[in-house]
Amino acid sequence: MTWPDGIVRGVLDAPHPLLSARAQQVDPTDPRVVAAAADLLATLRSEPRTAGLAAPQIGLSWRLIAFDAAGHPKGRSWAGELVVVNPRLAEASRWRAGREGCVSIADLTGDVRRATRITVSGSLPDTGDPVTIEADAFEARCIQHQLDHLDGVLFLDRVPGALSLHRRLHRCDA
Amino acid sequence: MGLSAVTVLGVDRPGVIAAVTGSLADCGANIQDSTMTLLGGHVAMMLLVSGDLSAEELCKHLCAPELVVTASAVEARRYFGRRPTGLGYVLTVHGPDRPGIISAISAVLASVGGNITGMSTRLTGRLYVLIADVELPEEVDVAGLMRRLATVGSGLESEITFRPVEPDLL
Repeated sequence: MTWPDGIVRGVLDAPHPLLSARAQQVDPTDPRVVAAAADLLATLRSEPRTAGLAAPQIGLSWRLIAFDAAGHPKGRSWAGELVVVNPRLAEASRWRAGREGCVSIADLTGDVRRATRITVSGSLPDTGDPVTIEADAFEARCIQHQLDHLDGVLFLDRVPGALSLHRRLHRCDA
Repeated sequence: MGLSAVTVLGVDRPGVIAAVTGSLADCGANIQDSTMTLLGGHVAMMLLVSGDLSAEELCKHLCAPELVVTASAVEARRYFGRRPTGLGYVLTVHGPDRPGIISAISAVLASVGGNITGMSTRLTGRLYVLIADVELPEEVDVAGLMRRLATVGSGLESEITFRPVEPDLL
């Protein structure tokens, strides 16, 4: 597998139409998709406080997510540094509320209920090989947050009440 | 024993809440419902307080150079003991900041008898966010309301989600 060198792209800030749009399915073996995967990973690596990104956040309305939950204090599972194309949430259980933020939404966090155990399937860029990820805890929250981006959903759309929106106080949010 | 509505505004600093609540405790006032938040670096606090002191006496007691305090008497029976009878929903609006977002959205809710029971709005960069707790009469056509909200949201270039509250009652 040979990926092109990725380009670090700017991360879109809300409000932006692409962050509220449903992203399109893509062919994981398409060279343009492989290049986009490399860009997504390069951009994720350039954001040291961010554990995941979705393609719409770098201006591409395609169904790609990248994540790397290594070293997070709330983390348990770690699937590695991955880009998944056309990811689908296959199973979700053990729902818990937790406070999360988003690199596209400065200064705000919200209490969002998400599954703490999930199974996600999709394809790897370039080869198109199928991949299945079983994640829990922080990694599960991070992946679900990125999956929402592919459907044009922000964490703000899942906040359960008026008192569950907060100013960001520190930088250990999702 | 009377009931007073107290508002406190001031520049945020550690110890403001301790000072206000300490003054209330010193004069035997009992805090019932209360809420506090920061608005653009200012502490904003609203309290319903019961006790023997009149609203005017409370105001004098809480008076401090850096705080703006108001107090007024309210009717106790009118505000306590009412159980919500409607259905609970949560409204989220986010989009570019512009004047009139709250008035446009709240007018739609009010037109069907919807009651906003809690609301937070935040401005960060160009992004304006509104989250509201809404109580709707049972007979409201929720699908129709959501279509009207979506239309208003589109006119404001804002995204709107309107979803039922899902409490876990244990």
